[in-house]
Amino acid sequence: MKIHIKGGRLIDPKNGIDAARDLYIAAGKVVAVGEAPKGYAANRVIDATGLVVCPGLVDLAARLREPGFEYMATLESEMEAAVAGGVTSLACPPDTDPPLDEPGLVEMLKFRARTLNRARVYPVGALTEGLKGERLTEMAELRDAGCIAFSHADAPLADNQVLYRALQYAATFGFHVWLRPHDTALARNGVAHDGQVATRLGLPAVPVCAETVALSTILILTRETGARVHLARLSTAEGVDMVRKAKQQGLPVSCDVGAHHVHLTEMDIGYFDANSHLTPPFRSLRDREALCAALADGTVDAICSDHTPVDDDAKQLPFAEAESGATGLELLLPLTLKWAEESGVKLPAALARVTSEPARVLDIDAGHLTPGHSADVCIFDPARYWKVEPASLRSQGKNTPFLGFELKGRVRHTLVEGQLVYEAK
Amino acid sequence: MWLNPANPQLGRDGELHHLLSLEGLPAEIMWRILDTAKTFVGVKMKKVPLLRGKSVFNLFFEPSTRTRTTFEIAAKRLSADVINLNISASSQTKGESLLDTVDNLSAMHADMFVVRHGESGAPHFIARHVAPEIHVINAGDGRHSHPTQGLLDMYTIRHYKKDFGSLRVAIVGDILHSRVARSQMHALATLGCPEIRVICPKTLLPAHVEQLGVHVYHDMRQGLKDVDVVMMLRLQNERMQGALLPSAQEFYKFYGLTEDKLAVAKPDAIVLHPGPMNRGVEIDSSVADGKQSVILPQVTFGIAIRMAVMSILAGAKAK
Repeated sequence: MKIHIKGGRLIDPKNGIDAARDLYIAAGKVVAVGEAPKGYAANRVIDATGLVVCPGLVDLAARLREPGFEYMATLESEMEAAVAGGVTSLACPPDTDPPLDEPGLVEMLKFRARTLNRARVYPVGALTEGLKGERLTEMAELRDAGCIAFSHADAPLADNQVLYRALQYAATFGFHVWLRPHDTALARNGVAHDGQVATRLGLPAVPVCAETVALSTILILTRETGARVHLARLSTAEGVDMVRKAKQQGLPVSCDVGAHHVHLTEMDIGYFDANSHLTPPFRSLRDREALCAALADGTVDAICSDHTPVDDDAKQLPFAEAESGATGLELLLPLTLKWAEESGVKLPAALARVTSEPARVLDIDAGHLTPGHSADVCIFDPARYWKVEPASLRSQGKNTPFLGFELKGRVRHTLVEGQLVYEAK
Repeated sequence: MWLNPANPQLGRDGELHHLLSLEGLPAEIMWRILDTAKTFVGVKMKKVPLLRGKSVFNLFFEPSTRTRTTFEIAAKRLSADVINLNISASSQTKGESLLDTVDNLSAMHADMFVVRHGESGAPHFIARHVAPEIHVINAGDGRHSHPTQGLLDMYTIRHYKKDFGSLRVAIVGDILHSRVARSQMHALATLGCPEIRVICPKTLLPAHVEQLGVHVYHDMRQGLKDVDVVMMLRLQNERMQGALLPSAQEFYKFYGLTEDKLAVAKPDAIVLHPGPMNRGVEIDSSVADGKQSVILPQVTFGIAIRMAVMSILAGAKAK
């Protein structure tokens, strides 16, 4: 299958391209950018006039809910959501039931994902058995089964000795460890940022120090062990500042923020809106502004969807009892574009945060459109508004604080390995 | 939606439809409740027919004797039929969801739900899901709000002090976990009280509480100096189990209201307490039973306030 993507604005952050260029695809690969190769005859021409053509998005955190939570979402529904959102590679956290702590589970997930023939799935293995925070998993086995990194998802890892050993062990073999900095004890029972909204509404709070205390521990242990560490879902001004300093001192850490956190604050809880119950909680306006500034200056490497489909039964509860999380795969692109527009960041720099940068964190050959490499492509209409509502979302999870909002940026075509896997009607 | 999205306890016409919180409750409605309550306090209590034929469901997801009883008395004096449901002991333990419970009770043709729940925001959640003709009254949710308690406290202050515009009021004790304190702060601010103080150790102080317009004190003698009203809060025994406080004795030493500490307040200062009291923990018996205490009148006024709220809600029409 030869596909010629014609007349679009090609943005390839990694290769520094932002120009009107045609893209030529054959046998799953990009074969040329700009001029057609000699003798190229396309089977299909996609007219991308007025559209942006960019590398398929790479998402560092998307819960597909299998195995164990099929009542909330299935691989079928979420893989459809991914490509509808222009996401062609995604990492899924290990907090399934059972957690991804055995090679068999990882192989099954990879196999199921491959059969569906949608986005590429990169499982993140559990750092400890059952995510209990006690015994290390067989990381090498998991790595062989297809895990690209190891994490503890949002499960508590209270024992610093276990964390220390896990980092030492991972460092021995060069495994990548992803950690969301949160001190379990300081965050205990908390459901909202420790600020004026939690005070007004009487919601148990998660203080900023729950993030910074854990972050400080992780940074010290990273220095100590030489492990490769990625910091997930930073939420506070103090937190990104600590990472900025660590990076300046040469510590090879990377970090991401959730797409919802780039836009929303504690105020968006309104009158106990359970759709605004996320982990970590939405923080203050000052924190949100610091996250945006850190994204712009490169302290924060990537924006991820932190996609967490939750069914109505688990959300239709008083705020604290409702399950946390928001659906995100289909919002990742529009929310990234919204951030770029509002903070004056140029489109190529913004798209780097959801393509080449997360691909670098994952250490995969994706997130760029270089001839000779796989043709994972997202074609979107940057000016098209669409309304976020249950019917417009393919994900089984309809839970997002953006429900009812009009967002700009709609995906028109998604290609994975040169195959058209999504086409908007 | 017939409710006002910016303030879900009001209808689009600005009238009270649910009583969920004192935050954002317009002063005019607050005064109307206080004025209406006065008409119920004045008369010798006979039954009045304002709620005849109406069913009031007391939905208590958290145990309570005092609040439930006063709501029951208030509803009965208004001639309503009262159904008490102690839900923590029935359907919730069988796994029925809150939404199902509410749907089932709505189907029994209730006119009013009086809701007590351990989670902040539960009455808001219920109010969002009930049929438009049902009114929800928050009888205490988590740490969030206890509006009828806040209103009866305002009634009590008004009864003894008349004008809010010149008062200095101190709220003392476990502010962090207290729905009563939050309701008092909002009500006092709405009614024009110029100086609201909170007095507590730092472990019991919620973050950024100053943004609610209060002044924070950690020393009782400084905080109580020249105040007109002292509002004590109940200290739950469970607060002593974690790391919030070392012991009831030490709390009493610094924050228990004794005659000695009360002496720095104005000589005619009044002392309120929402009950039930822990004598010797947050308040000394000599103060609780002393001449400045208005704790028992609070209980009497509490029934009138609840009658006022229910009669005003019963007069409101669903749009």
